[in-house]
Amino acid sequence: MIPAEYYLVLAALMFFIGVFGFFTRRNLLAMLISTELILNAIDINFAVFNAYYYPEHLEGFFFTLFAIGIAAAETAVAIAIILNVYRNLRTIRLKSIKNLKF
Amino acid sequence: MNYIQFLEMRPEVSLLAIFVAVFVYDLVARGKWRHYFHPVVCLLLMLHTAICLGESYREAELFSGMYYTCPMIGIVKTILTGGTLLLVMQANKWLRSANTTHKQGEFYTLLLSTLFGMYIMISARHFLLFFIGMELASLPLACLVAFDKYRHHSAEAGVKYILTSMFSSAVMLYGISFIYGTTGTLYFADVANNITGVPLQVFALVLFFAGLGFKISLVPFHLWTADTYQGAPTVVSSYLSVISKGAAAFTLMVVLIQVFAPMIKYWQTILYILTVLSITIANLFAIRQTDLKRFMAFSSISQAGYIMLAVIGGSKEGMSALVYYVLVYIFANLAVFGIIETIEHHTRSNVSRDDCNGLYKTNPKLAFLMTLALFSLAGIPPFAGFFSKFFVFMSAFKAEFWVLVFIALINTVISLYYYLLIVKAMYITPNDNPIPYFPSSKYSRISFVVCLAGIILLGICSFVFEEIDKFSFGM
Repeated sequence: MIPAEYYLVLAALMFFIGVFGFFTRRNLLAMLISTELILNAIDINFAVFNAYYYPEHLEGFFFTLFAIGIAAAETAVAIAIILNVYRNLRTIRLKSIKNLKF
Repeated sequence: MNYIQFLEMRPEVSLLAIFVAVFVYDLVARGKWRHYFHPVVCLLLMLHTAICLGESYREAELFSGMYYTCPMIGIVKTILTGGTLLLVMQANKWLRSANTTHKQGEFYTLLLSTLFGMYIMISARHFLLFFIGMELASLPLACLVAFDKYRHHSAEAGVKYILTSMFSSAVMLYGISFIYGTTGTLYFADVANNITGVPLQVFALVLFFAGLGFKISLVPFHLWTADTYQGAPTVVSSYLSVISKGAAAFTLMVVLIQVFAPMIKYWQTILYILTVLSITIANLFAIRQTDLKRFMAFSSISQAGYIMLAVIGGSKEGMSALVYYVLVYIFANLAVFGIIETIEHHTRSNVSRDDCNGLYKTNPKLAFLMTLALFSLAGIPPFAGFFSKFFVFMSAFKAEFWVLVFIALINTVISLYYYLLIVKAMYITPNDNPIPYFPSSKYSRISFVVCLAGIILLGICSFVFEEIDKFSFGM
C-alpha cells in the first residue's frame, strides 16, 4: 500500500503550484484554473486523511463531495463574470483590468 | 426524522418562505403588479424582521449538533435582517432605473440567499456547514457586484471580488483540512477538545484567517476592497461593508473562542498584528482618497480593525461590544452610503469629495444627516458611535492590551481628520454651482429617518446594550 505521506506531498505540491500560478499568471482563465488546482489539492487532503487515519467515519469524504460541488458553483459564477468582462473590454488579460486602482 | 426540530430554526424558515414568495412573484407578476414589486418585497422583509424581533430565542442544537442557536445568535440575525431591510428601501431608485428594473427579481433573490448564507454561517457548529454557509454568503454577492452588466467598472469589480474570494476560501479550506487531519473531526466542540497547538495546527490557524480575514477585509487581505466598493453598485458596496462584514466578524469571534480556545496565545498575536495594520494603513490610505465610495471602503477597513479590538480578548464583554458596534455601525454606514446613492442617482456619475462642496446650501437635510453619520463613525460623544467605540476599547483594555488601545486611540484622531474633510467640503468650502436641490425617494427618506434615530438614540438608550450584554458569551 502506498504510504499516506506520498499523497500529502502531492497535495502540498498541487497547492503551492496553484498559489504560484495564481500570482504569476496574467490571464483571468489561467488564474481560475490555478484556484481549481488548489481546491483539488484540498480534496485529496481530505480523502487521504479520512481513508488512512480516521476510517471509522466518513466526514472527510463528505467534505470532499461538498467541496467539489461548491467549487463547480464557484467556477460557474467566475466564468460568467469573466464573460461579462470580455463583453465589456474585449479582452481577459489582467493588464487591461486597470480602470479601478489606487 | 423529527420535523418539529425545524421550528427551532424559525429565522431561516421564515427567510426561505420569503425567498420562495419573491421568486414566485417575480415569475408570475405582470403589468401593474410588476410596479408593486418593490413595496411587496419591503413589506415581506418587514414581516420577516418583525418575526425575528418578536421571537423568544432559546438554546437548541439541531442536526446532531451541526446547527446551534441561542439568544445571542438570534440577536445578531435580527440586526442583519434589519440592516438588509433598510438597504432594500434605499435601493428603490436604482432598482427602478431603466437598466435594472427588469432584473429586480434577481437582485432580491440573490440578496436574500446571501442573507441565508450568513444565517447558516453564524449558526454553524461544524466546519462543513460553516464552509457551505460562507460560500453561500459570498457567491451570490459576486453576482451582485457584477450586477450592472453594461458598466465595465462593475464587471471589473466583480472579477476582482470573485477571484480573491475563491483564492482566500481555498486557502482557508487547506487549513481546515489540516485541522481535520490532526484532530479527526470537524465538529467545533470535538475539535476544541482535541486541539493541542502542534505546529500543523498553528499552520492551519494561520491559513484559516485568510478566509474570514478576506470577508472582514483586514489588512493583508484587503486589496480587493477599494476596487470592489468603487465599481460595484452603491447598494451592493453598502451591503458588503456592513451586513457581510458584521456577520463575518461575529463568526470569526465564535470560531476563535469555541474551536481555537486552547491556542489563544497564537491567535491573539495574529489578531494584534492584523488590527494594528488594518487601522493604521487604512487610515493613511483613506486620507488621500477623493472618490467617496473608495474613501468609505478604506474607512470600513479601519472600522473592521476596531471591531477586531473586541474579538482579541475573547471575553464576554468583547462579544457584547462587538455586536453593539456592528449595530451602531450599520446605521451610520447605511446613512452615508444611502446619501452617496441618492446623489449618485441624481448626478449620474461617481461622487467625489469636490461634488459635495456647498451641499449644505442646496440640500441641508442630506448634509445634516451625512454630518451626523460621519460624526458617529468617527466616535464623537453624543452619538452612538462614541459609545460603541468606548465599549470596544474597554473590552480590549480589560484584556490587558494597553499598547494596542493606545494605537487605536491615536488612529481615532487621524480618522476624525478625514471624516471632517467631507463635513468641511459640505459646509465651509465655497462653491458657485453646488448640486442643485433634489428630492430623494419616499423609501430612502424613511430609511434615512430610521438611520438618524439609530445614530442618535442607540447611544442614549442604555437598555439596548444591556439587552445585548445579557446574552453574550465568551471563553
